Amino acid sequence: MQSPDEIRPNPDALLHALKKEEQQASKAKLKIFFGMSAGVGKTYDMLKSAHEARAKGIDLVIGIVETHKRPETEALLAGLPIIPRKKVEYKGTLLEEMDLDAIISRKPQIVLVDELAHTNAPGSRHTKRYQDVLELLDHGIDVYTTLNVQHIESRADTVAQITGSTIRETVPDSILEQANEVELIDIPPDELLKRLSEGKVYTPERSQQAIQNFFQKGNLTALREMSLRLTAERVDHQLRDYMQTKQISGPWKSGVRLLVGISASPHSVSLIRWARRMAYTMDATWIALYVETARVLPDSEKTQLAKNIKLARELGAEIITTADENIAEALVRVARQQNVTQLLVGKPRRTLSFRKSLMDQVIERSGNLDVYAIGGEESPAGRTTFSLPEIHSGLVQYGLAAGIVCLVSLLCFPLNSIIGYQTVALILLLVIALLPLRLGAGPVLLAAGFSALIWDYFFIPPRFTFAISTAQDILMLVTYFAIATVTGTLTARIRAREKAVRSREERATALYTLTRDLSNAPNQDEVAKAAVTNIRRFFKAEVAMFLSDQDGDVFTEAHRTSTFTVDEKEFSVAAWVYWNEKKAGRFTDTLPFATATYYPMSGPRYPLGVIGVKPAAEDRPTIDQEVLLENFIRQIASTLEREQLNEMTKKSIALAESDRLYKTLFDSISHELRTPIAAIVSASEGLMDASSIAQEPLRRDLNTEIHTAAERLNHLVENLLDMTRLESGRIAPVLDWTDIHDVINSAVRKLRRELSHHVVTIDVQAEMPLVKLDFGLMEQAITNLLLNASLYTPKRSKVHVRAFVEGSECVIVLTDNGPGFPKEALQKVFEKFYRVPGTKTGGTGLGLSIARGFVEVHKGTMKVENSLEGGARFTIRLPVQVGNHAEMPRT
Amino acid sequence: MSNQPTVLVIDDEIQIRRLLQITLEAAGYKVILAVSGEEGTQQAAMARPEIIILDLGLGDADGIDILKKIREWSTIPVLILSVRASEQDIVAALDAGADDYLTKPFRSGELLARVRAAHRHHQSTEQGTVFQTGQLVVDLTSRTVKKGGEIVKLTPTEYSLLSLFVRNAGRVLTHKYILEQVWGPTFQEESQYSRVYVGQLRKKLEDDPSNPQLLLTESGIGYRLAVED
Repeated sequence: MQSPDEIRPNPDALLHALKKEEQQASKAKLKIFFGMSAGVGKTYDMLKSAHEARAKGIDLVIGIVETHKRPETEALLAGLPIIPRKKVEYKGTLLEEMDLDAIISRKPQIVLVDELAHTNAPGSRHTKRYQDVLELLDHGIDVYTTLNVQHIESRADTVAQITGSTIRETVPDSILEQANEVELIDIPPDELLKRLSEGKVYTPERSQQAIQNFFQKGNLTALREMSLRLTAERVDHQLRDYMQTKQISGPWKSGVRLLVGISASPHSVSLIRWARRMAYTMDATWIALYVETARVLPDSEKTQLAKNIKLARELGAEIITTADENIAEALVRVARQQNVTQLLVGKPRRTLSFRKSLMDQVIERSGNLDVYAIGGEESPAGRTTFSLPEIHSGLVQYGLAAGIVCLVSLLCFPLNSIIGYQTVALILLLVIALLPLRLGAGPVLLAAGFSALIWDYFFIPPRFTFAISTAQDILMLVTYFAIATVTGTLTARIRAREKAVRSREERATALYTLTRDLSNAPNQDEVAKAAVTNIRRFFKAEVAMFLSDQDGDVFTEAHRTSTFTVDEKEFSVAAWVYWNEKKAGRFTDTLPFATATYYPMSGPRYPLGVIGVKPAAEDRPTIDQEVLLENFIRQIASTLEREQLNEMTKKSIALAESDRLYKTLFDSISHELRTPIAAIVSASEGLMDASSIAQEPLRRDLNTEIHTAAERLNHLVENLLDMTRLESGRIAPVLDWTDIHDVINSAVRKLRRELSHHVVTIDVQAEMPLVKLDFGLMEQAITNLLLNASLYTPKRSKVHVRAFVEGSECVIVLTDNGPGFPKEALQKVFEKFYRVPGTKTGGTGLGLSIARGFVEVHKGTMKVENSLEGGARFTIRLPVQVGNHAEMPRT
Repeated sequence: MSNQPTVLVIDDEIQIRRLLQITLEAAGYKVILAVSGEEGTQQAAMARPEIIILDLGLGDADGIDILKKIREWSTIPVLILSVRASEQDIVAALDAGADDYLTKPFRSGELLARVRAAHRHHQSTEQGTVFQTGQLVVDLTSRTVKKGGEIVKLTPTEYSLLSLFVRNAGRVLTHKYILEQVWGPTFQEESQYSRVYVGQLRKKLEDDPSNPQLLLTESGIGYRLAVED
């Protein structure tokens, strides 16, 4: 019986399935006309479908169709619009390719693209045609295309085995999965052979050749079976997907996770293809793991490794690299970390090994993991654990090693009679032991052998012959050679390990430095700067930065932090990367003629930008570097994303704020504006009334009313203007020497009338120095505080203003003995439009907020509290330059 | 009162023009109105007014430019009308040769006092050598300063600062102008000098130095010696 957990669909899988459905609904559709080989009629069928579509009124064009001069096929071209091919010149010959840009700008509903596995002419944007097709799909154009089974990456091996011819043009399996529809064009082999001999497929002489090679009946039968099986598998897969999305119970996604160990060996290729096939049939996700050891890979192996990793990625694997000296341990460790259920390892070819094979080691450690041994793959550890010394140190190193041995021997030569030949051996041994500090293992081994010979020839009696007279000397020579070799190799290995550790450490440090710099960057420009500096420093490369603006519009130029100038051609590569969110440029399959490699930085809603990297060295970056660089870019992208999200949040807060402001303006300000206007209108009308003109007291009252209302209006407008000035952020205080006493006086004088019923006392520190501040702004701040006191404290209240200098701060304290603020209001009094509930009308709720704003533009602080006596106390602290006028000439 | 001075009002707001006209005519001035900077400059040349009231925020031109144009050929006192929060503009206008300023909204009493002060200053550069306001008496010929009949001792700098105020009684003086006149052009940026010396003068001359009635601060602009009208 199954436990409920097993029956219930895994939410991740469900999500994935839904996503896929969604993607397919919104994305352009790919239809593949699939066949076992050439000549089955794929193009013919495709053209027929095209005619059907056109008859339905669908806008359809031919991007590229190869008729191979087959008359039946050619006849079908009639009536279908064709996008003219682009002529590409390559080494003097004109090649014709599909005009990708013309199709994209024409934007038909469906485009026909024949021969999906075609390799484009050098200089085209993409190396492979299927990449063109993916781009077309990304642009929302449906594609009809044709494909033979032998071109499918994971089957290429098998096909090669069956037919004996290698397949160069392949497409990744994922494209088949991406297809919405795969139409199998199937004819029995006999019929195909008949068509072939009738000359319907190739010209007669080519047909003859073909029948003898590829088109043997046995081959065709095998290919046919393969294509049928593939199509059946696909249908099975689709059914499972369908059941999952529709929540029909049944065999759920297996939850199987595969892990395949790959190495720099060419045999890894078939291992990877195996893994992919297995993953597909088991409906599992799979991981390709590369374990990096201390062994330094020669260039040829590095290239192979890069190829293997690329292949695995193309076939849909998740790539993980880890560093460990023990490969078996690493495989099992990562497998456990990643919840892998099956582990794939290459079956060892060498059986004559006194060490345990990698497979045995893995099995020993595997516990409940299933381990599969796949034939053909030489154990990736076979050589690493054995660690034969690499003979790929430069020639210079070998020369140097031999030279040093010669030199030391030459120096010892005259001393031989004094110190004896045994001592010479010790000296030489010392040299051999020291050599690995600078040289690779190969040269050290050479030096060991070479020095043994020299010692034998020049020092061991009889001298100047290789002959050795005593058994003791023979034993000594053998021992010498053994010690030299072991010391040399051991030291070399320790050194290599050390180097690997160091480089790993360097990488970790680099990432750490980057992360730290990025997290310290306060804005997008600084993030860009930190990114450029770090990439430049660590990869010794020039960097170009392209950032889309906050609204997601494409960049129009390189960011100013870029360290190389980007010409139009390079810019177009960056733009392509931006629109397609795929890396391109040098060392890639897309636009490889660019001088730099361009990496996209993807964001949640739109691409964040592009980074162009141009290494100073000519070599292709190593896989380590590539992985690290991609890590860097991910890190940078996520920081940029964070920055942009921040911006967005700020914007939305600002928007909400302005919404609130708008509403408050309507609710409160319109009331505040209308009241005095109403007063003015009715009072002035009263004045115009003939009867009131005669009455002097009435006239005066009406005048006073108008005046008060006008003052109130003026006050409100001033406040609104001040607020707007503050909000615009364009207030820059004009700092000048100021007598703070003067500022306070000025404010008090302004409010003479308002404060006429209050007792104001001013207490400025004796010998108060001049301080630098903006007179107008501070006067307004203090005015607002005083006005607040005058409005909200009872008549005859005391208002006390104190000012003094404390260190480099000017402190102004304003106290009143009124009722103070309610506790809950203390937090809010500086908020815009906040009014203490239950206070009398007439205020706008802006005065205190403005006062604090003006203090803050001085980089000062203002706080409010209730004093012990009960009244409110405002404390302003301004960081100021304090004058020293004692030094001034007094005359 | 045909010998009353003529005032040219340059303002593009009809309400302000009308208000100024009513107020000034009631005080006996002859008023000419101009609605634009261009008309204003023409009128200034043709009607030869004794005083010009110029709005800084004109529709067709910047008030400062009009002021500079007028100053090219004339020393007619010019009063600037402006709104608060444009102290820098006011200082710039004063430094460009304006005689005084008023911020909107202004009181009519204030307006008339400014007009009178500007006119008086312009008419009589060598007017009476003895100046009196309240208890303060300054004799510019004998260089004596008395307060309530008693001689006040001033340092030479204090005296030259005070005499500058006296010669411009009722008018606003910018910090820059004061520094230039008293300490010389190289001291234009040493604004602490004027602050400190005004403080010293206040201590010697004001009844309550912390609540000055004579030497008034014009916030963000400069100082003004108050006169009795």
